[in-house]
Amino acid sequence: MRQISAKKIAEAVKTLCIQANTELSLDVENALKQALRQESSKTGQEILQQILQNAKIAKREKLPLCQDCGLAFVFVEIGQEVKISGGSLQKAINDGVKQGYKEGFLRKSTTSDPLTRENPGTNLPAMVHTEIVPGNKLKITVMTKGGGAENCSAIKMFKPTSTQKEIEAFIIETVKNNGANGCPPLIIGVGIGGSFDQAPLLAKKSLLRKIGSVSKWEKELLSKINKLKIGPMGLGGKATVLAVHIKKSPCHISSLPVAVNIECHAHRVKSTII
Amino acid sequence: MHIELKAPLSEKELKKLKVGDKVFIRGKILVARDLAHQKMVKKIPVDLNGSVVYYASPTPQPPHHIIGSIGPTTATRMDAFTPALIKKGVKVTIGKGKRSPEVVKGSVYLVVPGGVAALLSKSIISSRILAYPELGSEALQEIEVIDFPAIVAIDIKGRSLFK
Repeated sequence: MRQISAKKIAEAVKTLCIQANTELSLDVENALKQALRQESSKTGQEILQQILQNAKIAKREKLPLCQDCGLAFVFVEIGQEVKISGGSLQKAINDGVKQGYKEGFLRKSTTSDPLTRENPGTNLPAMVHTEIVPGNKLKITVMTKGGGAENCSAIKMFKPTSTQKEIEAFIIETVKNNGANGCPPLIIGVGIGGSFDQAPLLAKKSLLRKIGSVSKWEKELLSKINKLKIGPMGLGGKATVLAVHIKKSPCHISSLPVAVNIECHAHRVKSTII
Repeated sequence: MHIELKAPLSEKELKKLKVGDKVFIRGKILVARDLAHQKMVKKIPVDLNGSVVYYASPTPQPPHHIIGSIGPTTATRMDAFTPALIKKGVKVTIGKGKRSPEVVKGSVYLVVPGGVAALLSKSIISSRILAYPELGSEALQEIEVIDFPAIVAIDIKGRSLFK
């Protein structure tokens, strides 16, 4: 067994929280630059330029890209030959998030109770998803995701006989109805299959890969959604969506859940391997 | 066209603003979001006559900065409270996203790009908490801005930029 200390994990999570919030990843920056080259709306161009300018200022001055520093989602792939020493994994992650949000001057947006709306000012608990994988390494991915785009997301339980066309209509409709409020240009995460609880997680996990539409269906959806002309910040233009990501999973013979997780242009994902 | 707007605002200045106009705001504006709105409609804590309300809550102020990052939040979440505040004198609301002209009747709705919060913080020259300090980052604040860029999304005649 390889030992990894809880302290080391906390330190890594802390660093990732700060980096994710202040340094726009290269894949997102490149996608935004490409969107700018293709944008014909003048207002759309100005907004895309402001977004790129914002990323420069944020990096230079270590300021958060967005005031909504989000819930802290932490995805951990734990090698089965790893033993965590000096404390629990959950506590190590929470310690890292708490420190990162404090030291990085990040906004704490997690309420302790959904109804009383108290905000203890720690951004805890982290939203943790773990997976046990072969090997002796530990991969940590931090995604910080704002509430505005999250609120535009949707899930629908389709019939097993529903067609791909019907699923497509649901995805496009979700963007059409709410996309303008989710800070476009968006990234659309789609989870198809699994169960009522798994489909949204698939959709969220689809957002973790480097952004870009890869499969034929993803490319077709990208093109169809961009024909909606919602544009940057919903003010019209070509750049409604930067990429569509689809992740599928086996499911029950009676069901076909489909979840659409809307992500804003301030797409904040950082990973490290220990 | 770029228009300079001085806050607080008169009725006359509002009429000049047309949907699609790009404006630069100068002056004092209020910062409030969900919880502050819920409190404000019960008991108005400050004079709202001619006021501009920006839907936002900044990140904590880092050393050597006037304020943290401060971009707009989704305007529709404030819809239930907006007509009551317009009656009390609010003339302009600033946020992001689609909104119904009905909700903002008697005022002008401006949008600023979401997610450019570090950039927008550069237009702010001072900030102070006016009420509800217990709400932390969601407290009611007053900020003073220079060249704060925004776009007229719904004008006083109810014309909207959103289809």
